[in-house]
Amino acid sequence: MPDNNRSEQSDHTVTGLPGMVNDWASDKDAFKQVSWGKAMMWIFLLSDTFIFSCFLIGYMTVRMTTTEAWPNPSEVFALTIAGESIPLILIAIMTFILISSSGTMAMAVNFAYRRNRRATASLMLATALLGASFVGMQAFEWGKLIEDGVRPWGNPMGAPQFGASFFMITGFHGLHVSIGVIYLTIVAMKVLRGDYERTGNYQIVEIAGLYWHFVDLVWVFIFAFFYLW
Amino acid sequence: MAQTTTQGQQHPISLYLKIWGLLFVLSALSYMVDYYHFEGLLRWSLIILFMLMKAGLIVSIFMHMAWERLAIIYAILLPPGCLLVFMGLMAAEADYTFVSRLLFFSQ
Repeated sequence: MPDNNRSEQSDHTVTGLPGMVNDWASDKDAFKQVSWGKAMMWIFLLSDTFIFSCFLIGYMTVRMTTTEAWPNPSEVFALTIAGESIPLILIAIMTFILISSSGTMAMAVNFAYRRNRRATASLMLATALLGASFVGMQAFEWGKLIEDGVRPWGNPMGAPQFGASFFMITGFHGLHVSIGVIYLTIVAMKVLRGDYERTGNYQIVEIAGLYWHFVDLVWVFIFAFFYLW
Repeated sequence: MAQTTTQGQQHPISLYLKIWGLLFVLSALSYMVDYYHFEGLLRWSLIILFMLMKAGLIVSIFMHMAWERLAIIYAILLPPGCLLVFMGLMAAEADYTFVSRLLFFSQ
């Protein structure tokens, strides 16, 4: 291994583990080919991962420790459509909506790098619209559960911790979706107005996309652990 | 960061559409787990399997992690490993609390 070349290899040509060692050992930025904006979004998302994980682990703890029966989510979240009770149907629809919004967002990023402003903005606005409908359905869900007597301190179906976990976890996730809708709408407007034409740098769309995909990612875990378990 | 302005993640639209379809299928499968009332170990392992597959697709393709350099991949994906330890600790603690409650409430 020619060691005398090591200092010259702080460029992006070395990949794999040697590349990682070089990146972290280099004088300046450790994250080559990643702009500061993108790196900071990733670090923010990492911190958010810890917040949501603490909520989910807290939920796990109260569910494991309660001596009362945990309400069956399959029945709690069932909807009666055309006289038939379908388990968990609204949650399933919400899942599909959020996945679709991730799909439109991924395509928006693609069009942004091709500098197709109209397609980018309309796909982002479609994403925001899907996100808004998700929040609307969640509001409906909350309303239904509150009507059924679910409160953060108790509910008629069983373990009182159910309400606390439900409102905190879905509430915090819904807040993320709502903020994402606002965030995407602002960036879409700026794209449409041509704010990024001067620099030609459309990475801001990819960074906004990272946030949106993360919101979808969190829902995958909430869906699995809270609704299906 | 002038040198990063021209770079970007460019991948064919068809790739995103395929992943989108795959995520739909996986979501439908995880919904089926509930719909057909799978119980016990089968239910839990299926839930975890579909969840991890969906999460993996979102992170690697939609969030472009598959094309990033190892330096950032490890910086972002390794720290959440601590959460598994945390989860293990809390599960052990929860077991203890549950047993204590059973003993206390039965008195």
